Amino acid sequence: MTASWKRSLIPFSVVPILLLLAYGFRTDPRVVPSPLIEKAAPPFSLSLFDGGHLSLDGLRGKVVVVNFWASWCYPACYEEAPVLEGGWRAYKDKGVVVVGVNVQDTEQAAREFMRRFQFSFPNGVDPRGKISIDYGVYGIPETFFLDTEGRIAYKHVGAVTGKVFSDQIEGLLERARQAGQERGKVGRGA
Amino acid sequence: MGRKGVICFIISLVMVAPRAFGASSLEEDVRQISTELRCPVCQGLSVADSPSRMADQMRDLIRERLEAGESPEAVKAYFVERYGEWILLAPRREGFNLLVWVLPFLGLTGGAAALLMVLRRWKNHPAPAATSVDPATLERVRREMAQDQS
Amino acid sequence: MTAELGNIALWTALVTALFGAGAAVIGHRRGNTPLFEGAHNAVLVHWALVTIALLSLEYALITSDFSIRYVASNSSRNYPVWYKIAGLWGALEGSLLLWAWMQATLAAQVVVMYRRKHRDFLPYVSAVLMGISAFFLLVLLIPANPFERHAPVPSEGRGLNPLLEDTSMLVHPLLLYSGYVGFTVPYAFAMAALITGRLKEEWLYITRRWAVAAWMFLTSGIIYGGWWSYHVLGWGGYWAWDPVENASFMPWLAGTAYIHSVMIQEKRGMLKVWNLTLISLTFSLVIFGTFLTRSGILNSVHAFTQGAVGYFFLAFLALILLSTVTLLTYRADRLKSEGAVDSFLSRESAFLFNNLLLVTFCFTVFLGTLFPLLAEAVRGVKVSVGAPYFNYVARPIALGLLFLMGVGPVIPWRGGSWVSLRRNLVGPALAGLAAGGTTFVAGIKSPWVLLTYALAVFVSGVAVQEYYRGIRARRRSAGEGPLQALGQLFLRNRRRYGGFIVHLGVALLAIGIASSSAFQVEQERMLKQGESLEAGRYQVRFERLTGSEGPTHVKVQGIFTIFNDRHEAGRMTPGLRFYPTQQEPIAEVDYWIGLKEDLYLILGSFDREGNWAVVKILVNPMVSWIWIGGAIMALGTLLGLLPAGLLPPPVKGEQS
Repeated sequence: MTASWKRSLIPFSVVPILLLLAYGFRTDPRVVPSPLIEKAAPPFSLSLFDGGHLSLDGLRGKVVVVNFWASWCYPACYEEAPVLEGGWRAYKDKGVVVVGVNVQDTEQAAREFMRRFQFSFPNGVDPRGKISIDYGVYGIPETFFLDTEGRIAYKHVGAVTGKVFSDQIEGLLERARQAGQERGKVGRGA
Repeated sequence: MGRKGVICFIISLVMVAPRAFGASSLEEDVRQISTELRCPVCQGLSVADSPSRMADQMRDLIRERLEAGESPEAVKAYFVERYGEWILLAPRREGFNLLVWVLPFLGLTGGAAALLMVLRRWKNHPAPAATSVDPATLERVRREMAQDQS
Repeated sequence: MTAELGNIALWTALVTALFGAGAAVIGHRRGNTPLFEGAHNAVLVHWALVTIALLSLEYALITSDFSIRYVASNSSRNYPVWYKIAGLWGALEGSLLLWAWMQATLAAQVVVMYRRKHRDFLPYVSAVLMGISAFFLLVLLIPANPFERHAPVPSEGRGLNPLLEDTSMLVHPLLLYSGYVGFTVPYAFAMAALITGRLKEEWLYITRRWAVAAWMFLTSGIIYGGWWSYHVLGWGGYWAWDPVENASFMPWLAGTAYIHSVMIQEKRGMLKVWNLTLISLTFSLVIFGTFLTRSGILNSVHAFTQGAVGYFFLAFLALILLSTVTLLTYRADRLKSEGAVDSFLSRESAFLFNNLLLVTFCFTVFLGTLFPLLAEAVRGVKVSVGAPYFNYVARPIALGLLFLMGVGPVIPWRGGSWVSLRRNLVGPALAGLAAGGTTFVAGIKSPWVLLTYALAVFVSGVAVQEYYRGIRARRRSAGEGPLQALGQLFLRNRRRYGGFIVHLGVALLAIGIASSSAFQVEQERMLKQGESLEAGRYQVRFERLTGSEGPTHVKVQGIFTIFNDRHEAGRMTPGLRFYPTQQEPIAEVDYWIGLKEDLYLILGSFDREGNWAVVKILVNPMVSWIWIGGAIMALGTLLGLLPAGLLPPPVKGEQS
């Protein structure tokens, strides 16, 4: 009697496998979380299209948006380009810098892209992919939001929307303001 | 050489095989490391196999880091630090990942042990098992199958 | 109009299938002959209806009826008619319709062949087959309707995924699907045996040829897929352990175990539960593979776009697994069979170990494929399980299988003696050792390669020796000439001697895999016009670039002059195809194929003015042995399957 009762449980042995497969619907195989979140952003020095050099270290104390793009990345890069340029114009006087890193591209095509979207924020080339590999980039476009301490606060994969941009920037500016107040309090207390 | 000898010979070769790589050149190391890394922009291809530009750049970076004196392990660790464990095409043999490495061999040895037990029982089985289809059915099926085929 | 016709046909086919399933069982139980006959007619009507649906979609594809979303997304006016036809299986919805049609065709074939026989089985067989059909029709009607219309109607279609624009598209999917669908027939008979309790060998005899035929199609499909990957995907390999490749490999492994282990039951009446389990496993893995490919839960080059289809397939998989395991458990008592062997050294044990290795292999592939999901569920971390893992685990198992493939066929049933075994194995074993030794002396030190060579030669030695001895015996006893003796030998035991041919094919395949993965030479560099790059004994000189316009794309080709040992050997023109609808160009590789090695060129990036180009040269040793081995495997299976009617009858007289 007990034996047959036990045996009727055998079919349920397939349930864990089915549950695991069902779990698969909840995850997206294309999304890979970055291990760099809340870590110090890898430093880089970028040769800019307009001649100069830009070093990430020099931007300490500002909120930095690092965007990896390419002219062949259609449509996502084309969708987000106006957002980035608009965001840069709106926030550049509030301690925010947008940095464009052009990857796996040709110079001519990249310049054309920048002209088309009237990029005025600093843009440079990552000719050998070192910066993008340092940032663990796996799909273009990707955008990293760095706080004033130079830590990566958030990574966005795919086209950045206006909402994502302003939400992240406002959040980081707010964080910087609070940190400043904390420091101020500590300073006064001491 | 008896069958046991053959088996021992094979097992010993299999055990030795992974260590058989001797001294290797820089290019071999680059190749080896890049077969173990996933090309991030591809789907499941390794950095060694992928024709994409990203994979090109990663191979260059591996070469550069090796030339700068980094060990292959350190180069791989660098990629894991940037991309996460996901970049390794074979999971590290530690913690939970051990499951995927150990289970096949546990299954194999467990299965082999079970099989040997079954065979031992069968060997001691006194009566020869009669074929369980009665000859009439067998004949009928054969006849019908012959009809199908003609 | 076409879309409406297709949809009506699908709906009616669904109703007919459900009626057929119900009527077959009820008619049989109540002894109601008209109902029972009606059920069988329903199967045929159902086939006709699915055929109408299939033809409707084909008609829409051929006439470029872009008011149907599927046609607009997967076809183009510019296509030659073959690609238009192949659009049927170019994407999710159409491929499921093709599947449903193949399923319906097999069901009809079963009914036509067996309606006057196997009266106890057939109702349940029809019911199971119609149940499976009904599921596919339901999927076609709800989440994956190929006849869905859309507006506005575009003037031109988007065309197939460019990777599919290859003649292989006309072969590979059809072979693979025939393999998958073919396994439903033995499964349906197995279920019928479990339901009716007629658990003796009858179902197995009836379906053996179905299973072997399905196995042949699956084998050819997988190997043809490797060839496709090799010459189209442009990375120089043929197997990447991609989830979708694994999805086809798992049922192959289970099916291979099955077609071997049925022999034990046929000869000795043992392993009843095991065989039922194996065929159920094979079929479940077919559905599991379809689920993997079409649910989007794993990333893969081959994956179709996802949608609600995944939920349907998961539900169906759950239904199959639960019902099959329940039935097996319920019948387990009646299936108890004690075996008996005289010795550990028996054909039975060789088969059992072969099964153990194949099933472990299958489990390993399953585990590796799903492990990323498991790790994410348990640890919340994404991990990858790819080629390095699978190669590591697969190599020892594959070598073990090769070993058994040599030993198994010469051990007698029930048990043999070491003496007779030695007599049968000394020759092939020496040949194998000699092959391994020669390659070692020739400078190859990789133990994997040496072992593979040695075992492959051993396996071939056994096959050749068996043929030789058989022919010699016939020549002595019947006084036949060598060719006649060969023919008679084959006719008298097609399965055994067809099997040896298959084993020979596997041996060639193993040599090809081992050589190509161990000794690939690879060189990649940017070349200016007139510059050369060396790889092995080849020198490749970049001449210039050319451009041309195809019907759906623009093609840029590099022209390279090839020198073989400093002698000019010809030109190669690897290219890149640029599609207006695709972001990245598709590589069009160029290759020279040879028995010894293939020369394989891939064009990388290039300068628009044509001053420089990046080229990757691969020298892939002995890859063609894989295709030849695969072809021999298929041929051997086919010879073993040939119906007796097509062959001259064996000479009557002495019995072998």
